[in-house]
Order: sequence, then C-alpha cells, then structure tokens
Amino acid sequence: MRTLLASVGIAALALSGAASAGEDAVLSVDGEVFVTEAAAPDHLENVDTIYSGWVFRTDETQELQLDDFDNPSFIFLDQALDTWETVDGSEGKSCASCHDDVEDFAGLKSTLPRVENGELVTLTNLVNECRTERMGAEAWKYSGADMSAMTALIAHQSRGMAMSVAIDGDAAPFFEKGKELYYTRVGQLDMACANCHEDNYGNMIRADHLSQGQTNGFPLYRLKNAKINTTHGRFKGCMSNIRATPFKEGSPEFKALELYVASRGNGLSVETPAVRN
Amino acid sequence: MKRLSLIAGIAVLSAGIASAEDVMPAKVMFDDGAINASLTGMTGNPEEGAKIFMNRKLGNCLACHMNADMEEQPFHGEVGPALDGVGDRWSEAELRGIVSNSKEMFPDTIMPSFYRDTGFTRSLEKFEGKSILSAQQVEDVVAYLLTLKES
Ligand code: HEC
Ligand code: HEC
Repeated sequence: MRTLLASVGIAALALSGAASAGEDAVLSVDGEVFVTEAAAPDHLENVDTIYSGWVFRTDETQELQLDDFDNPSFIFLDQALDTWETVDGSEGKSCASCHDDVEDFAGLKSTLPRVENGELVTLTNLVNECRTERMGAEAWKYSGADMSAMTALIAHQSRGMAMSVAIDGDAAPFFEKGKELYYTRVGQLDMACANCHEDNYGNMIRADHLSQGQTNGFPLYRLKNAKINTTHGRFKGCMSNIRATPFKEGSPEFKALELYVASRGNGLSVETPAVRN
Repeated sequence: MKRLSLIAGIAVLSAGIASAEDVMPAKVMFDDGAINASLTGMTGNPEEGAKIFMNRKLGNCLACHMNADMEEQPFHGEVGPALDGVGDRWSEAELRGIVSNSKEMFPDTIMPSFYRDTGFTRSLEKFEGKSILSAQQVEDVVAYLLTLKES
C-alpha cells in the first residue's frame, strides 16, 4: 500500500509537476520553491541543519500550504487588505494614505525584530506606532484579530525571502537575553524551549511531531483554532503547556525571545502565511 | 456535619491528595537516585497506576514513552525510551526515584519530576507549591511499572 501510494505520488509529479507533500516533500507555491532545510547559521552551537516547521507536519497539513486557494489564511489577509484602506483615528488616515502599496514592505518580516534607537521593535510595534502616532488611532491588542491579520499581510510581502535578522551590534544584548530564556527551564514540568525544539525535534510527543519551533511561517493559520496565530501567542501556548506563567505578549522577554528564535532560522524562507495544526 | 466531613473525606481520597502519613516531597531521601521506602508506607495499586500513566493531566507518561502494554491507546511518544520490560531493568526503589525526581538518576533529563513541589521557576499559580502527582499516585505508577516485564 505504501509503495503504491508513493508511486502514484511520483507519477503525479512527473506528469503534471503537481505539488505532493510528504517527509522529503518540496514546499513550492506557484512554482516558487521555498528553503525548508538549510545549514544552521554559524551562531547555533548544537544544531547542524535547520528545518521549517512545515517539514514536520502531516501530508494533509502540508498540502494546505501548497496552493493559496487551499490556504485558509488568505481570508484573513483579504480582511487586512480592507483594513489597509480604512480610515481610522483623529487624523483621518488609513495605512494607504501614507504607504503606496503594501508590497513595499517586502523584506521587513525577514529582518524583524530589529533595534531602533536602542529599543527592540517587532512588526506589531511598528504597526501600533503608525496607529497611535500617525493616525491618531487606538493601539491594537498585541495578538488581536486586526493585528494578527495586518502583521500577516505585511509579513506575507516577504514570502520566499530568507530570514536574516541581525544579532550583532546593538542587537547583541537582546540576542543574549533571548538565548538565555531559550535555555532556561520553567514551569512545573521544568522544561526549556531547547528540551523540546533542539533536543527532540523529529520525535513524537504524544500526538505532536516536534519541530524546531521556527518562526519563519508566522503569523500563521492554525487548524486547531481556525485563526491567525502570532509568534508571541505561540510562545505563550508552549509556556502554559509546561505549566509555566507565560510572559506577556509584547513584553521585553518575548521580544528578546522572538529575536533569538528568529535568528535560529536565519536562512529559511519566510512562509507567511504558513499553515500548521 | 458528620455527613459533610465524610463526603469531604471521600473527595480527598479520590483526588489522591496527601495524607498525614505520606513522606512529603521535601523529606524524600534519595539513595543513588533511588527511594527505598514507599512514600505512603503502602504498596500501590497497579490498575490505578495504569490510568495515571495515560492520563494527560496526571502522569501523561505516554506523551514521551512508548508502552506496548497500552497498545490500544493512540499516540505513544518517542522522547524517552520505550518502557517495555522496565520492571525487570530497574528495582522498585529505583523506579520510585525515577518517577519522583528523575533528575537524581538522569541529571539533565527532559523528564519532569513528579514528586517535587519546590525549586521551579515561574510555575503557573495554580501549580505553585504542588507536586504533579501525590505520594499515592507515585506509588500506584511504580506498582504499574513493576508489572511491565520482558516478554
Ligand atoms: C513540552 C514541549 C515543548 C516545549 C518545552 C516548548 N514547545 Fe514549542 N512547540 C511544542 C509543540 C508540540 C509544538 C507544535 C509542533 C511543532 O511545531 O513542534 C510547538 C510549536 C512551537 C512553534 C511553532 C513552530 C511552527 O512552525 O509552527 C514555536 C515558534 C515554538 N513552539 C516555540 C517555542 C518556544 C520559544 C518555547 C520556549 C518558551 C517552546 N516552544 C517550548 C512543544 C514545546
Ligand atoms: C517529557 C518527557 C517525559 C515524560 C513526560 C516522562 N518521561 Fe520518563 N523518561 C524520559 C526520558 C528522556 C528518559 C531517559 C532518561 C534520560 O533523560 O537520559 C526517561 C526515563 C524513564 C525511565 C527509565 C527507563 C529506562 O529504560 O531506563 C522510566 C522508568 C521512566 N522514564 C518512567 C516514566 C513515567 C512512569 C512517567 C510518568 C509518570 C514518565 N517517565 C514521564 C522522558 C519523559
């Protein structure tokens, strides 16, 4: 049965070049091939090869990302595109009033978080800065529906580009802080991110196939809750699972962790909006 | 009043909450990673132990360990070694030590300590000052592990 399925898969590939998922599957959308496996960046001490979380998902979940019509994220991106043109706040402006085209944001997600004037800023921070300082509008909730969709839309403009966050210079202290958090055991289960995502990726933990916990696909759609999920939302979930009190979304701790985790994926393609279970 | 306390007594028993005779987590004596004496002074119940082993909110041992004895259960993890035959490989005292605080036997292990109630960082408030399992539950799991024999 296995071989039968495999040969059918190969036949489909050979005949039509149609996408087919699986462990050695190639992630390609509209003919664009993504880097889902790469040599680890030099600063990684315990890992030789980095993999996108997509590699660890089931065939069915993988397939949802191969065609934008099947990818449930795009409903949310469309909503964000409407918001993009909607005036909000005391200044009578929309995002579109100041930015010609959302496509101009290509290359932003792949280099965030980054340091500006001594502060670590995430995409969410940048969006809220526009809302409060340039539109005179209320800040959006860190992982609220509007913010998740808008950051997914903006991050999507970098799809296919290689993750390349800076970790040196004024980013170095944030990188070090994030690294420390990544290796610190927390919660009643007393585990660190590294216990699961560095020491055990590829292993099953109950029904979950552990990935390296990369962030190149975020914000992303999860089948589990049928919405766009943010990086900080995912960090929060992982911490609660080990019975630890999560840091707050948008906190200095999660921002530093976001920088560090993103840097572990330097070289992987941005997949936003990815699909996970 | 009498009835009330009787009902409360039953609830306490079924939740497996500490009884006065239990060795409290802070008082547990390890001997090369093993704990020689029963934490309750009694032998555990292997059937209860099996339930705790698979229960996601209690032992959830199956999350990390394959166990052929529970073939009918879906989703056995692969983070730790398969536990088939573990009752032959380790003594009762060693199994009690491993379940209570595996870090005494395997210093850098990912395996949680099931009978420890201090020394955690940022524990969720509702778990603050508590061990994952009660003394009784640890004894039940140990009794179950001892039934897992080679072949
Ligand atoms: C008990 C194991 C465990 C620990 C500890 C843990 N995680 Fe996870 N994490 C998971 C599981 C299971 C998933 C879902 C499957 C997967 O992608 O690995 C996941 C998913 C993720 C993802 C999503 C990856 C993707 O491609 O969708 C990220 C990012 C992540 N974790 C980061 C972290 C960080 C940061 C920490 C530490 C604060 C952490 N995790 C701690 C188990 C864990
Ligand atoms: C998060 C993962 C995890 C969980 C949950 C877990 N273990 Fe383990 N366990 C391990 C690992 C990993 C080892 C191997 C020791 C090491 O780290 O070197 C181990 C080792 C053991 C051993 C020694 C096995 C041998 O063959 O040497 C026993 C016995 C054991 N575990 C029992 C249990 C029981 C019983 C539970 C639940 C009450 C449990 N474990 C929960 C990860 C886990």
